[in-house]
Amino acid sequence: MAKHKPAVAASKKADSRAAPAVTAVEMGARQRDISISEFFTKNRHLLGFDNPRKALLTCVKEAVDNALDACEEAGILPDVTVQLEVVAVGSSALPPASQATRFRITVTDNGPGIVRQQIPKIFAKLLYGSKFHRLRMSRGQQGIGISAAGMYGQLTTGKPVKIISRTGPKTPAHYFEVQIDTKKNEPLIHENKQIKWDQSCGTQVAIEVEGRYQKGRASVDEYLDQTSIANPHVRLIYRTPEGETKEYPRAYHELPPSPKEIKPHPYGIEFGMLLKMLQETKGETLSSFLSSDFCRVPPALADEICKTAKVSPRARPRDIRGAIAETLYHTIQATKIMAPPTNCLSPIGEKAILSGLYRQIKGEFYTAVSRPPSVYRGNPFIIEAGLAFGKAPDSTAKPEKPAQPLAEGEQEEGDSELARVIRYANRVPLLYQQSACASFKAVLATTWRNYGISQSRGALPAGPMVIFVHIASVWVPFTSESKEAIAEYDEIHKDITLALRECGRRLGLFLRRRERAAGEFRRRNIFELYIEEVVEACNRLKGGKLPTERLKAQLQKIASSRTGGSKTDKTLGKTGAGPEGLPHSIIVTAEGVDGAASLLPDGSPSGQPLADVSDEIQVKEKRPTSKPGRKQTTKAMTGKKGLGKAVPVPSLPKKGASSQRHTGAVHTGRKAHPTGKKK
Amino acid sequence: MAKTKITRNGAVEKKLIGLADLVITAAQKAKDPTMAIPIRALSNVTFNERKGLLEMGSKKQSRSFFNVGMAKKFMQTILVADALSELQRAELTTSLREIYYRTKHTIQDSHENTFDTQDESDPIIEDLEVSLTALREELHVRAENGGSVVGPLVLGDDGDRVDCAKLGKGGYSVPSIVEPEYVEIRRCTADFVLLVEKGTQWNRLSEDKFWRRYNCVLLTGNGQPPRGVRRLARRLHEEYKLPVYVLVDNDPWGYYIYSVVKQGSINLAFESQRMAIPKAKFIGLSSADPERYELPRNVGIKLNEKDIARAKELLNYQWFQKPAWQAEIKRMLASGLKYELDALANKDFQYLTKKYLPRKLKEKDWLD
Repeated sequence: MAKHKPAVAASKKADSRAAPAVTAVEMGARQRDISISEFFTKNRHLLGFDNPRKALLTCVKEAVDNALDACEEAGILPDVTVQLEVVAVGSSALPPASQATRFRITVTDNGPGIVRQQIPKIFAKLLYGSKFHRLRMSRGQQGIGISAAGMYGQLTTGKPVKIISRTGPKTPAHYFEVQIDTKKNEPLIHENKQIKWDQSCGTQVAIEVEGRYQKGRASVDEYLDQTSIANPHVRLIYRTPEGETKEYPRAYHELPPSPKEIKPHPYGIEFGMLLKMLQETKGETLSSFLSSDFCRVPPALADEICKTAKVSPRARPRDIRGAIAETLYHTIQATKIMAPPTNCLSPIGEKAILSGLYRQIKGEFYTAVSRPPSVYRGNPFIIEAGLAFGKAPDSTAKPEKPAQPLAEGEQEEGDSELARVIRYANRVPLLYQQSACASFKAVLATTWRNYGISQSRGALPAGPMVIFVHIASVWVPFTSESKEAIAEYDEIHKDITLALRECGRRLGLFLRRRERAAGEFRRRNIFELYIEEVVEACNRLKGGKLPTERLKAQLQKIASSRTGGSKTDKTLGKTGAGPEGLPHSIIVTAEGVDGAASLLPDGSPSGQPLADVSDEIQVKEKRPTSKPGRKQTTKAMTGKKGLGKAVPVPSLPKKGASSQRHTGAVHTGRKAHPTGKKK
Repeated sequence: MAKTKITRNGAVEKKLIGLADLVITAAQKAKDPTMAIPIRALSNVTFNERKGLLEMGSKKQSRSFFNVGMAKKFMQTILVADALSELQRAELTTSLREIYYRTKHTIQDSHENTFDTQDESDPIIEDLEVSLTALREELHVRAENGGSVVGPLVLGDDGDRVDCAKLGKGGYSVPSIVEPEYVEIRRCTADFVLLVEKGTQWNRLSEDKFWRRYNCVLLTGNGQPPRGVRRLARRLHEEYKLPVYVLVDNDPWGYYIYSVVKQGSINLAFESQRMAIPKAKFIGLSSADPERYELPRNVGIKLNEKDIARAKELLNYQWFQKPAWQAEIKRMLASGLKYELDALANKDFQYLTKKYLPRKLKEKDWLD
């Protein structure tokens, strides 16, 4: 913003022109403060309120983020209820949810509650909060979110934000109705009373906003779905505007470790920031300022920095300015300083990601990777990636199609769908601006073809696949205030890529192994298939007078001796060993689930024998097959050993009927969902 | 005649049944059923200079059932054998494509077809021809009617009298099986046989009644002549002592067509005995003709890479080693151009009929 214009002389000349010239004095009279609230009223798209649909999502998102942050910080396993209700406009009747333009969003948590004095400011003052001034991982960062949501509501409906909060069973619940004074950026309290509330502690916030409810991509439903994937420790209840209630039960009963607050790392500050810190420090000397206001600067190192910068370590920090300060700044940047501590981060964890993915996404293969912490601009961060691949066996198995003969030129139809990327920052799903996001770009930049997945140039990999990317950091570098995309720092890009590659490697291993198993199986099976054909043809050649059963038996005997008999069973991997070489992965097959067990949701498929310490388990889930006899036997053998016997043993078919072919459960299972991309 | 047919059929059927026996015996001995199939490739072909034809060598490949790579082919071979023996019993003839459809089905309890395309069944029929030393006609498989004939020739086909001089300009469509049991040559008064590569040029000659003026049998195979056409030419050559002249485009493919008529093909070397006409002459288009007949350079076509490569291959074939042929091919390579028969129309629509061939025949300007 131009604060002053240089030449009054110039404006004299301009007088001759018709345009109404303005003097610096007049201009000066118009120059005044811009309240942050006014600024955002005009620029609400910056905060994610571009259109009614997105606005509805943003409001839900801000309220849920706050609820989860509060619960986790207080060490409470979060129970969050989200309710969307349609509100009639004026005196007209309630429109259906898809037509409605006005909604009431009510988010209730079981968190610690908010003390009475703070309630108005938290909900009705922009840039007010606990999270901005500290370096600690949390969903919220700036203290804009919920108050902006309230302001949006106030702007579109004129209704105040209604808050109920209670800090404990012994204290009363407080009810507030607040609005924001957009000029002063101060709360206006409309209502403030004590009420009875059936919850012993927690907060409820209700905002009425103009919005649009529409399912599908980037909807409230999707946001909550994805939230529950990355936050399996949360129990979430969602009452849709259509009157349905969806419950996402808690899948993981441990709170993520509480992240520690850290001091800024010297590499992460800018020059101006350093000047400000020099002025505000409580340190008496430069040396003590450096060692106490930054992390990873022990006194010895602080002295060394001062020495290199040619400043006395005993100098008063407030006196350091100008050229000296600049030298100091550059010296700091040039000094080798240990990376910041990473206990300020709380990654989701591989187990939790797995259980989240497993619960929400139907697939055949799941894996998760947590990278070791890394640093960009002095801010520590952790990248986590996960992957769910394939279609659930049960969904594809339903229409057990009778082998429909393929005509010439026809092929089994593959899936042409592209992978879906779900992105998170500090456990919050990012739903907009996918293509501007570092994680999405890293997915594109990964060569998925190396892992047996097809991928066109510059496109997402193809296949029934969900790719999960999470960045946890004390300060997530978003590209805008509405927190939709992660900025592409080299360090971040590199780490995401590494994590994705690891996921890809595991997936490739899985696919190759599956392919190989199928190949071995095929090897044995082609003989079985062809024997029938050869014997029948020979019989016809001989005029139908051949003892076919005997010939078949003879040939089958040769076949099994040639393919190594029971030895093959072992190589086929039917002995039930876990997903070897695939850490932190779950494999779902027609026969069951194989992988990290403890995380599987309660009441998951039948008896899960826990395997070993390396958090790999195996669950057998018997899919109904067309052969009733076989079904029972396999069901009885749900344990590890069961699989070995599920392999079709070449058996002597009973008299005549060629329909007595034994293909076996395993075989049909594989054929039924050939989702693996062939290279 | 009918009698011979039956006895021959019996022999072929026995051979086919022999394949079933092979499987049964191997199974009894707990051995891998294996059949030996002569190799149909250049490596297993020798040029018999004395007889002037290609002969198949004795190299064989084995095809066994209990080998992952071969199991399907083995199964397919037995299936085709079964279908062929069905033809024998029913005394029917059929096409390659019908064999494919007859043997195609989905293997029970699987998504797998016995055959996916005809490309899989065709070579198997050839395999059986070779390994059972049975001719395709004996197997009752016919190819498409791929050629036409006109001229002073009277044939007997299924008891019908076919006078090839009275069939207009369309002529008689040569069936794929022209063995004496099927097609009888009742009379032929021609002086020679002219085998033309292209149907268009054959039409030209037929329309101009070239055969009447020069008293010849006009044959075409529309490209690489099918067995029926080659066999008919051979029979006319053998039974009526007619010289055979081959008229093809001036390009490597034309040369090869000529060589197939003369010596037999690599793929079906085992048929040479019956098909090849070692005395056939190459009448044109020669690489010397453009100059001799003053064809302008601009009706030529630049040789492409494939043409050049093929021509170089021909140079190495044993049966193209005669100096005249080496010169012929090298001249084409040197000019860098190939000429189609149709290019003669540049001079006159009837140039071929009225000038080119008469002069060629008069000057006895041909290659052996």
